[in-house]
Amino acid sequence: MTEAKVRTQAFFQAMVEGIQQEMERDPRVIVMGEDVGKMGGVFQSTAGLLKRFPDRVLDTPISETGIMGAALGAAASGLRPVAELMFVDFMGVCFGQIMNEIGKATYMSGGSLKLPLVITASTGGGFSDAGQHSQTLHGLFAHVPGLKVVAPSNPHDAKGLMITAIRDDNPVVYLFHKAILGLPVMSYVDVTIDDAVPAEPYAIPFGRARIVREGSDLTIVGLSQTVQKAAVAAQRLAEQGISAEVIDPRTLVPLDVDTIVASVGRTGRLLVVDEDYLNFGMSGELAALIAERLDSIRLKAPVRRLGIPGVSIPYSPALEKVVIPQVDHIVQAAAALMSLKLA
Amino acid sequence: MTTDHQMKPTAEQRLWMYETMWLIRTFEDTLAIAYFEGKLPPKIQPRLAFDLGAGPIPGEMHLAAGQEAAAVGSCAHLRREDSVWGTHRAHHFAIAKGVDLDRMAAEIFGKVTGLGRGKGGHMHLFDTNVHFACSGIVGAGIPQAVGAGLACKKLGNGAVALAEFGEGASNQGSFHEALNMAGLWKLPCVFVCQDNNYGISVNKAASTAVESIATRAAGYGMPGVRVAENDADQVFAAVGAAVARARAGDGPTLIEVKVDRFYGHFQGDPETYRPKGEVESLKKKDALKAYEARLIAEGLLDDARAKDIRARAKARVDAAIAFARQSEYPPADEAFRHVFVETTSA
Repeated sequence: MTEAKVRTQAFFQAMVEGIQQEMERDPRVIVMGEDVGKMGGVFQSTAGLLKRFPDRVLDTPISETGIMGAALGAAASGLRPVAELMFVDFMGVCFGQIMNEIGKATYMSGGSLKLPLVITASTGGGFSDAGQHSQTLHGLFAHVPGLKVVAPSNPHDAKGLMITAIRDDNPVVYLFHKAILGLPVMSYVDVTIDDAVPAEPYAIPFGRARIVREGSDLTIVGLSQTVQKAAVAAQRLAEQGISAEVIDPRTLVPLDVDTIVASVGRTGRLLVVDEDYLNFGMSGELAALIAERLDSIRLKAPVRRLGIPGVSIPYSPALEKVVIPQVDHIVQAAAALMSLKLA
Repeated sequence: MTTDHQMKPTAEQRLWMYETMWLIRTFEDTLAIAYFEGKLPPKIQPRLAFDLGAGPIPGEMHLAAGQEAAAVGSCAHLRREDSVWGTHRAHHFAIAKGVDLDRMAAEIFGKVTGLGRGKGGHMHLFDTNVHFACSGIVGAGIPQAVGAGLACKKLGNGAVALAEFGEGASNQGSFHEALNMAGLWKLPCVFVCQDNNYGISVNKAASTAVESIATRAAGYGMPGVRVAENDADQVFAAVGAAVARARAGDGPTLIEVKVDRFYGHFQGDPETYRPKGEVESLKKKDALKAYEARLIAEGLLDDARAKDIRARAKARVDAAIAFARQSEYPPADEAFRHVFVETTSA
């Protein structure tokens, strides 16, 4: 029996294919946003869609509040919009529509108003775009109620989670890290999590973490690009005799609490690696999940967190790599964790 | 562009507008009084003048008495499938659009039978049956109406989307972004700006760089129409032309309507910012009373019929308030439901 050749794709191609196949399947799906049409998205996140669907891909004015408000109105009125915020940082311009309108309308209507819409946005730093174009901000979306939050780490998940996002009858924020898209203009972490992308449509359920690598000494949880960094770090840790389990939650809302808790229960150690701000975000949330379960989990060492430490992301490469968690930081933190003891 | 006086309401439409204005006024005046139940001394804690969250109607209350003509003149042209996107002060449009009055009252009383099962309250009323929504954030509904208009156009269903808001909202960025998009894409949208002269406490002259909001339409490639009097027939004519234009695929219109705010920004507002006697003088030329007098003068209405209509309005409002009072509060687990809809389309 010969194995069929597995088709591989870059992240951005897989993501676009997910949108395209849903547009083919459902005429109510439209794409709108800044530069999503002729340009195909500044990060190629909508590449080729305008040509296939000339009436359903809209280049919008640079009006983020208008775009997000229109996404709500369109979703309430029979369409299923995919609305792109070019950089996630621009949510600062329009967070009122996202937090107070999109996130709350279903609840305040007692469940009678459904909003099938997807907000897509690029995230992440590492290329000296400084504080207004380098954030990840998934913690902000996950903090407020009413938004599902998706941040894939690899091409396979990029397509399957996009399809699920578009089919969901609720608002979904779908975040893609610029430096994992596979664009020819940005360096990337040299690791493959899963780039097998079947040609046919497939949906990956929300709320199911991926165990990227099994291990027994500690659990490392990342998201989006930090999953890739954690995978590289785990390889190096293995060379030092440390067995790290790497978990990718894939979606923050809903969160696969069981998989994370079960893993930490097995390893007794947790290191969270987040490219979002350290304070009051994903890393603290995961630490709290464990702290709240210490009656059933036996930790061997304190929880450790890596994240952006309460500063804006600086411009100079010399500084940026200091604040954004790097593979070296993960290796060092994991190794240090192995020698720590509980009080 | 001036008001199109060509479009005149039929006798039936005028009586509907009159009766609906009465229904709105009665609802608002009834709430205005009921609102203070349990909120005033001596029933509340010492040192409190007023307890906003207490009583059967908790929370803030923004009433639209004096703004009825804008709502009925607009909604007279709308079908069930046309959508209305309103504000924190939206009872008048909700009633004129045909929102279920019992469930609306129940929502205001925080009951499980309410439109939002007691989770939205009076600033956040959603009735998907008649395509009505409103938001408590100034200017937020305007881009949402643009999205609804976009859906109408893409789906080709012939429906229109109407945003109603105040002159204060026309200073929000959302207004300008939304009107630009609607004008750019020639969407079937109607923007009804009601100038009640106050953005909370600050009057229009102190907040707004132009005297007429309608002139702002020029910046967005759409006609701007000013209805300078608080008059249902004039609103009917202006919105009628705009809705016809929208349905014909000719794009959006901005309409500015002069209205009056008889109550404070919220109930309990001391209104120290308002000139003495202003409300009394506004009430002397009450648009509802003036309309009633005109219909009587033109022979469409007589005192007996007017009395009958007022009685019907009161009975309808009393029934809605009774429904609200008799309804149950939501059970505790209701708080945890509907963050998301519980189904997903395949």
